[in-house]
Amino acid sequence: MEETYRSGTLIKPYERLSKEQVELIDKTSLEILNDPGISCYNEEAVDLFTKNGAKAEKGNGFWNLRVPEKVVRDAVENAPSRVKLGARKEENALLLDAKVPLIYFGSGSEANTWLDVEMERFKKVGGDMEVDIPQFKTCRGSVSLLCRAARISEQLEHLDFFIRPVNIQDEGITEENHDVNKFFASLNNITKHVQAGLTSLNQLDNVIKMAEIIVGGKANLRENPIISFITCLFKSPLQMVEDTTQKSIEVVKRGMPLVISSSPQGGSTAPIKEAGMIAQINAEILCGITLAQLVSEGAPVLYGSVPVRSRMDDLHDMYGAPETAQYNLDCVQMARYYDIPCYSTAGVADSKVPGIEATVEKLFSHLSVATSGAQYIHYAFGLLDRTNTFCPVQAVLDNEQIGSIKRYLRLPMVSQSDCEESLKQIKKVMASSNRLYARFVRKELHLGNVSQPYRFESRDMEDRVISKALKSLTELEERPRSRLPDETVDEIYDCIPGILSCIRDI
Amino acid sequence: MENKEIIEKIRFNVVQGRLEKEDEGYDEGLEGQPAVKELIEEAIQSKVDPKSIITAGLSVGMEEVGERYEKGEYLIPDMLASAEAVGMAMDILAPHLSAADVHGKGKFLIATVEGDLHDIGKNIVAIMLKGAGYEVIDLGTGVATERIVDIVKEDPPDFLGLSALLTTTMDEMRKVIERMQEENLDSRVKVFIGGAPTSEDFAKRIGAYAYCRDAFHALDILKKLEG
Repeated sequence: MEETYRSGTLIKPYERLSKEQVELIDKTSLEILNDPGISCYNEEAVDLFTKNGAKAEKGNGFWNLRVPEKVVRDAVENAPSRVKLGARKEENALLLDAKVPLIYFGSGSEANTWLDVEMERFKKVGGDMEVDIPQFKTCRGSVSLLCRAARISEQLEHLDFFIRPVNIQDEGITEENHDVNKFFASLNNITKHVQAGLTSLNQLDNVIKMAEIIVGGKANLRENPIISFITCLFKSPLQMVEDTTQKSIEVVKRGMPLVISSSPQGGSTAPIKEAGMIAQINAEILCGITLAQLVSEGAPVLYGSVPVRSRMDDLHDMYGAPETAQYNLDCVQMARYYDIPCYSTAGVADSKVPGIEATVEKLFSHLSVATSGAQYIHYAFGLLDRTNTFCPVQAVLDNEQIGSIKRYLRLPMVSQSDCEESLKQIKKVMASSNRLYARFVRKELHLGNVSQPYRFESRDMEDRVISKALKSLTELEERPRSRLPDETVDEIYDCIPGILSCIRDI
Repeated sequence: MENKEIIEKIRFNVVQGRLEKEDEGYDEGLEGQPAVKELIEEAIQSKVDPKSIITAGLSVGMEEVGERYEKGEYLIPDMLASAEAVGMAMDILAPHLSAADVHGKGKFLIATVEGDLHDIGKNIVAIMLKGAGYEVIDLGTGVATERIVDIVKEDPPDFLGLSALLTTTMDEMRKVIERMQEENLDSRVKVFIGGAPTSEDFAKRIGAYAYCRDAFHALDILKKLEG
């Protein structure tokens, strides 16, 4: 039976780097891996690399690992160019193909703070004029808010996959039960693909077991991997850390899809110059992909690029900077060069609240990164204050923006029959007295080929974007939920220890 | 086909906004089936009473279109397609109307004033008026004041619609009205004005009968006049 996948947006990618520049970066990255090499803190990784031709020299608590070009080339060659990410509802499954610039957008990234918005009416001092102004309220992320985020994400039509946007910090959540709770809170509230990092390696098998219960066994999970993992093996610059490296090895051993992610900061943990930043992040990601392929040839991995520029006043991330967008675009091209699907980054605002600044910053990267043809664009919904805050109203605004971008990037509809039809139409209109094409719009309108006005527009002089988005959020949250069947939930509670009893009723 | 059936099909195709058989409608799968043009021709051949065609077919159809627009189900293109279908039907029926002693709602002369070539708004108004049963004579764009006055003098319409998009040309409307006053035509012909730079105030200032925000506003005013 032919598999069906969630429809993505096929685009014609914009390539910022020339072929020669891509090759230059590739060469520089491989030189970096050979000299100075990387600092590896994980012994199993060192063994795997050295058995396959790398050289390791013991340092103080780490190994200086020099990986020759051939080791990397052979391993990267083995990485699959197509990776399937399954979903509870099978039509929500994604097929990421490095050769096909079909783009998907999803959430991220474990923000600690949740931002709620309320509208309050204010009256002008000494006058009658009244105006609604948004008021903001922050709270710490919790299991209940994660469930809510998943439910909202289920309803956002342009959100294609779910990475938990909020960290869970409830009393009763420990390092040991963190993973089972976050995966259950997500999976019980969304039918799209669920992806997350792993807090404790001890919980990996429990999380996989939970997914197996949902899909009906090991073989089904292999066919329909409804969950996948993100690991950031590298602490930039070029330090392969013990903990996440081990998590990567174990995820790969279990055959689950894995994002090999790196997030250097231009100007602090990577060179600020484009060439240096891309050469370093590319070296880090290639090294992680090499390790995955050494663990298991053909392991399904994504090229995970999360480069960002730093601010010069406080060295924090600066996602709204043009350089951040440039870094990301370049990485997408590098992933395409190696024929590996790309997990890319767009839509984070530096602004602390929804509004004009957030929209400017988000549109800049949403649009530019989408033009690159990255298959899997994360961080795209609701993130504010760099990645520290998730705001559901902002996620609703982002959904609208991403919908417009998807439409904007659709391939042109100019075929022989389109031209013939247009010519016929033009002749008809020119023969009419009114010279209006309006009635011919109807076919395109009904086919969904004509975009609608901005959903949150105002017809008068008052900006009501946030209040309208808030109303839209309320409507989304009132829709029916997509929970797991009761018997599945019972089985999960019976088999997986540590899940808070309250989650099933949230 | 029975007369009743033809009229019902005319009504249906007005609602669908289908002028000719090759047109798609609002609903799918109608292409290739007879539309308003073919049905009106068949009705004439079958000697169906033109009055019934207008009242039970075209007008009832347009009323339903209006209701669908009010509900937000139809958009402007749907509305215009239906109005255009009715306008075309009225053109085909015109020679048969006087014989059948059927009179339209009135004659509406419409023009974009001198120096102004913009006509989208004017054309929409013309289509909608025709669709509502008015006889519309569209003089086109950039029409000289004297030409408008001459035509009005020669065969006075019930209404004159003047359109302008530019602040530099809107004053031509005042000149047309002044000339009509000089020729004592202003009491016989109601002047409607519209266009982006115009307003209720401006209409009052230059002595126009009505200012119309858009085609729907014009139809509302006319409906009130119809009583």
